[in-house]
Amino acid sequence: MSESDPDVPANTGYDEWADALADDGYYVECANGHGSLPPRRVCPECGSTDLSEATLPETGTVATFSEIHVAPSGFGVEPPYVTAVVDFGPVRITGIVRDVAGDEVAIGDPMRPDVETNGATGNRLIVFRPA
Amino acid sequence: MTGVRVAGVGLTRFGAHDGRTGRDLFAEAALAALDDAGVDGDDVEHLNYGNFMGALAERQGHQAPVMTEAAGLRCAGTRYEEACASAGVAVREAVRAIRSGENDVMLAGGMERMTNLSTAEVTESLAVAADELFEVRAGVTFPGAYALMARAYFDEYGGGREDLAHVAVKNHANAVPNEYAQYQREISVEQALDSPEVASPLHLFDACPITDGASALVLVSEEFAAEHDLDASVAITGTGQGGDRAALQDRADMARTPAATDAAEEAYADAGVTSDDVEVAEVHDCFTIAEVMALEALGFFEPGEGIGAARRGDTTRDGDLPVNLSGGLKAKGHPVGATGGSQIAELTRLLRGDHPNSDAVADATVGLAHNAGGTVASAVVHVLEVAE
Ligand SMILES: [Zn+2]
Repeated sequence: MSESDPDVPANTGYDEWADALADDGYYVECANGHGSLPPRRVCPECGSTDLSEATLPETGTVATFSEIHVAPSGFGVEPPYVTAVVDFGPVRITGIVRDVAGDEVAIGDPMRPDVETNGATGNRLIVFRPA
Repeated sequence: MTGVRVAGVGLTRFGAHDGRTGRDLFAEAALAALDDAGVDGDDVEHLNYGNFMGALAERQGHQAPVMTEAAGLRCAGTRYEEACASAGVAVREAVRAIRSGENDVMLAGGMERMTNLSTAEVTESLAVAADELFEVRAGVTFPGAYALMARAYFDEYGGGREDLAHVAVKNHANAVPNEYAQYQREISVEQALDSPEVASPLHLFDACPITDGASALVLVSEEFAAEHDLDASVAITGTGQGGDRAALQDRADMARTPAATDAAEEAYADAGVTSDDVEVAEVHDCFTIAEVMALEALGFFEPGEGIGAARRGDTTRDGDLPVNLSGGLKAKGHPVGATGGSQIAELTRLLRGDHPNSDAVADATVGLAHNAGGTVASAVVHVLEVAE
C-alpha cells in the first residue's frame, strides 16, 4: 500500500466530484479511454490504474427517467419527484430533475448537471436542469 | 463429484405475520423441511441461511447462530447476503459444499420480516440494495430503479403497461390454489392498469407486495439419500451465478440483465441442458418488467419478445413454458431473504407432483429457478431435474 497522493484522481472523493458539477464537472478516464466516476482507483472496464480527470460534457441527454411517488422516510425530497439517468457520452449520471414537470420530461431531453445540499441528510444531491 | 438431491422443502405461508419473530418463522419452515425429508436435525451438518434486511427490520445481525438454534440444529451456520438473491446464494453454496464431498446434509433457505416496518421504512431498507453514492443519494428507490429499467425497455423494444399488466394477471391466477401465497386472488388487466402509480411507468399492481416469510430446503448427497432410503426424486443438476455493476448508470444497456444470462449459461452448462429443455420456470418477478427481462436473459425469448409472452399465453399455465406457477413474487409474495429458497421449494413440489399446479406440468422433468439481487447486479440460477 502506498501513501495517498493528493494528485492522483483515484483518491478524490465523491463529495468533491459532486461539488464540481456546479462548475465544470469531470469524470475519470483510464489510459484506454474508458470513462467512470469517482471515487475510483481502478478502471472497472479494463483494470487500468492509470486514471486521470477529464472534463464532463456541459450537457447530457435523458437516457431514462421515472416520477417517484413513494420515497424513503427522511430522504428530504418530497415526492413526487423525477429521477433521471442522464447520458454524458463516456459516463452516465443519476439525479433529480428540477425546473420541469414530471409529465414534461422525455428521453433525449438535454440536461445540465448541478448540485444542491439535501437539507435532511446533509448529503450532496445531484440535480439536473433543462439545458 | 456427487449429485445433490432436494430431500425436503418447507415454507411458511407468505404474508403478514403480526407479532411473530423472524426466528419463529424460520423455525417453522426448517422443521417442515426436515419433516418432509424424513431427516433428523442431528444429521444436518451446516445451515446456509439467507437474509437481507434483518439488521434494519428486527435489529438482529449475526442471524445464522440465532436461526440454527431456532431450528433446533446442533451445527454451525452461515448467513448469506446478496440482497433479494440471498437465499439463492445460500442454496448455491450448499450445493457446492455437498458436491465437494465436504458435507452430506445441509439445510438451506432464508427468512425476511418486512411488514413490521412502515412502507417508507421498507422503501428505505430495500434501497440499501442500490448503489449508495450514485443511486440512493439521488433518490432512486427499489421501484424507481425498476421503473428506470422499464422505461428504457419500452424505449428500446416497445411494449407498454398493458403488456406488463398481463404478467401480473397471470401470476395472480397461478397463486389462487397455492396455500403459501400472500394473494390467493385473481386480478384483471383493468385493475392492474387502474392501480395507483408508484414510480412511472410502474403502478402498484406491477410490484410485489411487502411480505414476511421463510423457506427451507434439506439438501443431501445422492449417497446419503440412497443409504437412508430417502424419497428424494428431484436433483439440483445445475447452478450458476452472475454479477453486474451495482448502479444502473454504469451498465451498457439498462433494458438487459446480463448477470442473469451469465448465471443461466453457467447453470445450463453445469446441468448439460439448454434453455429449450426447460419445461417450467420460477423467475424473479419483483416487478412485472423483471419477469420480462428474466425471460429474455435466460434464453427463453429473444430481446423484445419477452414483453408479450404473458399476453400471448406463452407463459401462462396452458402455455409452452409456464412461468411462476407458484404465483411468483408478485402474488405469492417476496420476503426478500427467503425468496430464492422458496422458488426452489415450489419448483420441487411442481416436479414431484404435489403442488396444486402440478397438473399444468404433469410430464415436466426439467425446471429452472432464477433469483435476482437488486436490479440484477447479482443473479443465481438453478436447474432442477427429476432424477428417477
Ligand atoms: Zn479502462
